[in-house]
Amino acid sequence: MSDVRVAGVGLTPFGNAPERTSRDLFAEASIAAFEDSGVPRDDVDALLYGNFMGELSEHQGHQGPLMAEAAGVQAPATRYESACASSGAAVRDAVMRIRNGEDDVILVGGAERMTNLGTAGATEALAIAADDLWEVRAGMTFPGAYALMAQAYFDEYGGEHEDLAHIAVKNHENALNNEKAQYQSAIEVSDVLEAPQVSSPLGLYDSCPISDGAAAVVLTSEDYAEEHGLEAPVSISGTGQGGDRMALHDREYLARSPAARAAGDEAYADAGVDAADVDFAEVHDCFTIAEVLAIESLDLFPVGEGISAARDGRTTADGETPINLSGGLKAKGHPVGATGASQIAEVTKLLSGNHPNSEFVADATTGVAHNAGGTVASATVHVLEVTE
Amino acid sequence: MSDTESETRDAGFDEWLDAAEEGAAYYLACPNDHGSLPPRRVCPDCGVTDLEEASLPETGEIRTFTVTHVPTPAFEEDAPYATAVADFGPVRITGQVVGIDTEDVESGLEVEIEVTVSETTGERVLGFSPV
Ligand SMILES: [Zn+2]
Repeated sequence: MSDVRVAGVGLTPFGNAPERTSRDLFAEASIAAFEDSGVPRDDVDALLYGNFMGELSEHQGHQGPLMAEAAGVQAPATRYESACASSGAAVRDAVMRIRNGEDDVILVGGAERMTNLGTAGATEALAIAADDLWEVRAGMTFPGAYALMAQAYFDEYGGEHEDLAHIAVKNHENALNNEKAQYQSAIEVSDVLEAPQVSSPLGLYDSCPISDGAAAVVLTSEDYAEEHGLEAPVSISGTGQGGDRMALHDREYLARSPAARAAGDEAYADAGVDAADVDFAEVHDCFTIAEVLAIESLDLFPVGEGISAARDGRTTADGETPINLSGGLKAKGHPVGATGASQIAEVTKLLSGNHPNSEFVADATTGVAHNAGGTVASATVHVLEVTE
Repeated sequence: MSDTESETRDAGFDEWLDAAEEGAAYYLACPNDHGSLPPRRVCPDCGVTDLEEASLPETGEIRTFTVTHVPTPAFEEDAPYATAVADFGPVRITGQVVGIDTEDVESGLEVEIEVTVSETTGERVLGFSPV
C-alpha cells in the first residue's frame, strides 16, 4: 500500500464573485495547485471533483469533464456530490485509489458558485441537502436544522448563545491574516449576540457566509513523489467516512454527530494515531454549533465540553488544540463543493510552514480535516502528518 | 407550475398527509418494534420488508425547536415561524408549530398533528398544535 503525498494545493479567494463561473474558479485553483506541486498535467490519472448545487446555480450538471477541460487535464473525471462534504468524499476516494495502486497522480478538488443565487435562492439550494418530504416541506432550512441541534444541545448539556459567540469571534480572529478568507475583520462577542436572528438561537454571525470559490489539490503516490524529487513533506495518513440517517428527526441523537465520530475513529485507526496526537484541526463550522459537535465527535473534547472550549481559550490560535486556524467556514467562507478540499489545503500549508498562521503550530506533526454534509448525514475525516 | 405538476402526488407522503388531515396519522411498524415514516419499503433499522401501518400516538412532545426568520422562498410570507422536532412514541417528526406565539414554544410542550397550509404557496404543511 502506497503512502499518499500532498504534492501541491491551490485556492481561489473565497467570497463574493457572482459573475465568476465555477469552471473559471476551478481553473484558477488548479493552476495554483499544479504550480505548487511541480507535477505536469500530463501525469494526472484522474480528476475527482466535488460540487453540490451546480444544476441550481448555473444550470450545469456533468461537471467532471468540464472541470478536467478547465484544468487542462486529459483524464477521466467524476463529480462527487455529498452535499457540503462533496470534496471531502472526493479526497477520500482519491486517497484510496492511490493507495491501492490504481492511480499515481490525482487532481482532486471542488468548486461552488453560490452568491449569484442571492440569499433566498442559496437558502433554498442548501435546504435540498435535507429530506425534502419530511423536513424541507415543513419549512426547515439549513440554518434551521443546525438551530434545532443547538437548542437540543443547550437542553441536554447546557451552554448558551454567548458560548457560541466566542467560536465566531475566534474564527474571525484566525482569518485576519488569511488573504484567501472572505472576512478579514475582527468581531466582538457583542456583535454576535446583537446580530439579526436567522433561526433562533442562531443569528447572522453564527452562520457561515454564502461564498464563491474553488480548491484543488494534487495528490501523488509516495513512489511518484520520490522518483520525481517532489518537495511534498505532508502525507494523508488516515481517511474515514461515516453516515447517518438523512432526516435529523430520525437520528438517535439530536445533539451529537455519530457520522463524524465514525469517520474520525476510522481515520485515526487508519493513520495509527489517536485524538491525543492531534495538534490542530480544521473542522466544518458551517454554524457555530457545528464546531462544537465536530470537536466532540473527533474526541478532541469530551461530549458536553466542546461548547466552552473557545470561550476558555482552549481552541484559540494559542490554545492547546487550535481549531480552524484558517478562519474556518465561518470567516474563510463556505463555497460548499470546495470546502473539503480547501481544508486539506489549509492543513497542508499549516503543517509545512507555508500558512500565515503556521507560527501557532510550529512544532505540529499531525493535523485533521473534518468535512460534514447536511446535518452530518455524511462526514469525512482525514489525518495529515508530516512525513519524516 | 403546470396543471400536470400541481396534480402530481408523492406516493406515500401525500397519502400520509391525507390521513393526518382526517385524524388518522400513522407510522410504519416493523415486527422488531422499529418505527419509521413513509414512503418506505424497508425498515431502516433492521432491513425487514414486512412493514405495517400503525396508529400514531395522539400526542407528541417537542424535543427541540427553532424560530426561523430567514426562510426558503416557499415560506417567505410565513416567517417568522417555529419549526420543531417532536417525539411521537416510535417515531420523531419535524413540523411547523402553529396555534401558539413563537416565543411561547418550548421543549417539552405537548402537541398534536395539525396539517396546515403555507401562507406563501398554499401548499399543505405538516404542523403541530399545542394540546
Ligand atoms: Zn426494524
